[in-house]
Amino acid sequence: MSQLNLEPNFSDPDAFYAALADLHRDRSAAASEQINARLILLLANQVGDQQILEQALAIAGQVNSELLHDN
Amino acid sequence: MPSSYTNPVYPYTHSPDQDSAQPVHHPVVIVGGGPAGLAAAMDLALQGVHTVVLDDNNTVSVGSRAICLAKRTLEICDRYGCGQPMLEKGVTWNLGKVYFGQEQVYEFNLLPEPDHKVPAFINLQQYYMEEFMVQRCMELPQIELRWLHKVTRVSTDDSGAAITVTTRDGDYQLTCDYLLVADGANSPIRDSLGLQSRGQVFEDRFLIADIIMKADFPAERRFWFDAPFHPGQSTLLHKQADNVWRIDFQLGWDADPEEEKKLENIRPRVEAMLGKDREWELEWASVYTFRCRKMDSFIHHRAFFIGDSAHQVSPFGARGANGALQGVENLGWKLAAVIQGRAPAALLQTYDTERQHGARENILHSTRATDFMTPKNHITRVFRDTVLDMSRHFPFARTLVNSGRLSKPCTYEETPLSTPDSDAFKLALRPGSPCTDAPVSGGNGSGWLLNHLGGQFNVLLRGEFDAGRITALERLATQLREMGIRLTILRVDAPGEPGAHTVHLTDHKGVLAERYDLLTAGVYLIRPDQHVAARWRQLDLQELEAAVQRALGSHLQQECAA
Repeated sequence: MSQLNLEPNFSDPDAFYAALADLHRDRSAAASEQINARLILLLANQVGDQQILEQALAIAGQVNSELLHDN
Repeated sequence: MPSSYTNPVYPYTHSPDQDSAQPVHHPVVIVGGGPAGLAAAMDLALQGVHTVVLDDNNTVSVGSRAICLAKRTLEICDRYGCGQPMLEKGVTWNLGKVYFGQEQVYEFNLLPEPDHKVPAFINLQQYYMEEFMVQRCMELPQIELRWLHKVTRVSTDDSGAAITVTTRDGDYQLTCDYLLVADGANSPIRDSLGLQSRGQVFEDRFLIADIIMKADFPAERRFWFDAPFHPGQSTLLHKQADNVWRIDFQLGWDADPEEEKKLENIRPRVEAMLGKDREWELEWASVYTFRCRKMDSFIHHRAFFIGDSAHQVSPFGARGANGALQGVENLGWKLAAVIQGRAPAALLQTYDTERQHGARENILHSTRATDFMTPKNHITRVFRDTVLDMSRHFPFARTLVNSGRLSKPCTYEETPLSTPDSDAFKLALRPGSPCTDAPVSGGNGSGWLLNHLGGQFNVLLRGEFDAGRITALERLATQLREMGIRLTILRVDAPGEPGAHTVHLTDHKGVLAERYDLLTAGVYLIRPDQHVAARWRQLDLQELEAAVQRALGSHLQQECAA
């Protein structure tokens, strides 16, 4: 079964994070939301594999306090 | 306030220059006796260039200020002859803990990479660094330190510089061929020449508090994002020498610096952080604003700006004093080569081009750390907090957490002084890179490669080469010496008698061959600042000589004349 990679995999993590922050600089809240949605769709297509996507969706759904109790 | 350190007091001395009817001329005058100015004096002294260092004060740094000395800085200081006391006095830590809100989200262990003479970094208060540098400067006869000599006026054109110095005995004038300006971030000389350092001011303030711990405390770095005792802001706890600990409290833009510096306001924060039972005393406190900026050019006629006067970064990247020393080592050998007539003046321009690249890189890393700590808007705060939240469970998220990165020296990509690779080599180390250390034996007895490099050009070669070419290489070194260019040949794993210019080294652990991609035969040309200038698989003396001349900027002269 395909497995979501949770180990470090960025070729340049700081550059990615800075580019992400730059993308959102001086945007309205609505524009930021739309940017995030577009980004998720682009990256999901790149991943492609439904099993992996479902694992990612499951982890993403465990927000805030739920995450703390899920070990 | 209690103190773990007593600042030395260096005496004012009256110089014969002050009694001269005409301004006395010196080849190089350095303004500022901080890390940049002192390092420049040592670098030039080791190249045989005399300097006068003028400082408006009579002691070293007041307060700990820069506390993280990175590997490259320690290697540079080791070459200058003041690294050992820093290594002995400095402290290392390996364990780092990251907190988000109430709890620790993860910890990391920076295990040292083996087979390097110096560690990746040490923590040492700036006053110790400067004190050890001053001690070394005093041993070098080419350096004249003048304390309480304040430069109050500067003029410069393409033939030199003239300065006015104010002392308790009145004003006097000096002239020089080159003026090195190391008078700090707020550089009065930069201002007086109408020059600017431009960039970004971060709308944030930080309180620095140095505290003396009364009892042992684990040697680890702790970083809080959104600390419970300091809601919404970051806090850093960092160990220094003498049981002194640095605490940085992010205050935000609206904080009142004077109020925050008061002990009665610092005490409850530290107690909330360390617990009420722990005994400590406040040694020093200061409030500062983050700033990343640099000059458009570090050269103005014959005035060369070094250190914070040329480029300033926010802390948390440890790239201020560390960046300053890389700039100084870049300038030192070039200035000596031009003054001593073995390179055209155009070589000096590459101090600006190479170090503009270094300064941009330092500012980039420093800005990224600051941006992570201080999200600029709602959505970046959501991303930041989500990264921290996810870092509890998921290793990938930890690579995005940025509470300051280790300072690394830059590689001079695309510098006109490098000869681009034409043969196949691994790219981790490449033309423009600072050399990596490796254990060796033989030669002058030092067990480390870097102690054999620098000050002069080096040819480092390993593998089988035609005997005739090896003899010709010795001859080339002799010819270059006659032109004033010192070149030492380091032959690795090829035992033999030392030649006039040849030193034999043994790579007994095989680490050198690995790090320099010399498992198959190869030749490196290394600059006097220990950066790689060129490399080949074959030993071709014409190419080698051309690369030496290229590293000295001989091709730049014509471009300038045109």
